[in-house]
Amino acid sequence: MYIIIAGGGKVGYYLAKELLEDGHEILVIEKDAKTALQIGTELGDGSVMRGMADEAATMERAGANRADLIIAVTGDDEDNLVISQVARLKFNVPRVIARVNNPKNEELFRRLGINITVSSTRFILSLIEQELPSKAFIPLVNLRTVGMEFIELHVLPDSQLVGKRLGDVTLPPGSTFSLIVRAQKPLIPTADTVVEVDDRLFGFTPVAQESDFKRVVS
Amino acid sequence: MRIVIMGCGRVGAHLANTMFRDHDVTIIDQSAQAFERLVPEFSGTTLIGPGDDPDVLVRAGIREADAFAALTNRDNANIMGSQMARELFNVPRVITRIYDHQQHDIYHELGLETICPTEEGARILEEIVTM
Repeated sequence: MYIIIAGGGKVGYYLAKELLEDGHEILVIEKDAKTALQIGTELGDGSVMRGMADEAATMERAGANRADLIIAVTGDDEDNLVISQVARLKFNVPRVIARVNNPKNEELFRRLGINITVSSTRFILSLIEQELPSKAFIPLVNLRTVGMEFIELHVLPDSQLVGKRLGDVTLPPGSTFSLIVRAQKPLIPTADTVVEVDDRLFGFTPVAQESDFKRVVS
Repeated sequence: MRIVIMGCGRVGAHLANTMFRDHDVTIIDQSAQAFERLVPEFSGTTLIGPGDDPDVLVRAGIREADAFAALTNRDNANIMGSQMARELFNVPRVITRIYDHQQHDIYHELGLETICPTEEGARILEEIVTM
């Protein structure tokens, strides 16, 4: 694939490096001359272009017309937004991934047709929440294209699931538990598995059913 | 009319100063110093913060706003703020200043009400120079 990476900061740089190793053709667009030079030294001169990725002229020079994917990973949501929109609207780049720093901005990106957004803030938050003993329901990964959410459930002492057979729990349609971690050990659950306090249940639920799911498991 | 203005630069401040007597004006800027451009009698509301943050917009009363003007000196912030106003808050009239000529064309085509001082300025200057 020909991949354009807008933003040569740490995220952009390491992404470029990995993608190059995977055999893709990449181009990093970076606005700072010194940074661009450094990237050129590390990854090869042809792998970087100095310029403002949100400018149509720069994108044209970068060959956006033939790009399979553009990844907007600058440090500013507003820049990533404009880069994504220009790429889609003016250059018809088929796939666009945007980094969104403020999790509250994800909705705007989605409404504007930029479906794949990555909020590292949200991701780190969910990792932190996994460590909090009192937090029961933790959304982990949103599989946006299929409307499914991968979630973790801490079974707290007051949970209605304690002592129940998994087979007796009526989950909303399309939901399932795929893995239990009990006393640090992973278990594949069956219908006969009885839920215990402190179990960590991992499963999938359709995003649309999230509140029904939460009601059944709390 | 209730208007929320993003950016208290020269144009934003001027707009606020001319409108506050007859309308409900809220003006947002990242720097408190920018509000020094407002006249002493300014009776609207000032708010410190980024205008392209949904929480700040809500605090500025965007839900009840009839109009929103994105007038910071950063095109991308203006573009983001005004799209937020339109898509997330359904503000009826949204106007965006975009300096970059090409961006202006792209977003104008997208349906945003935009003004491009660069283009307007160049056009007027050309008329004067070729007179």
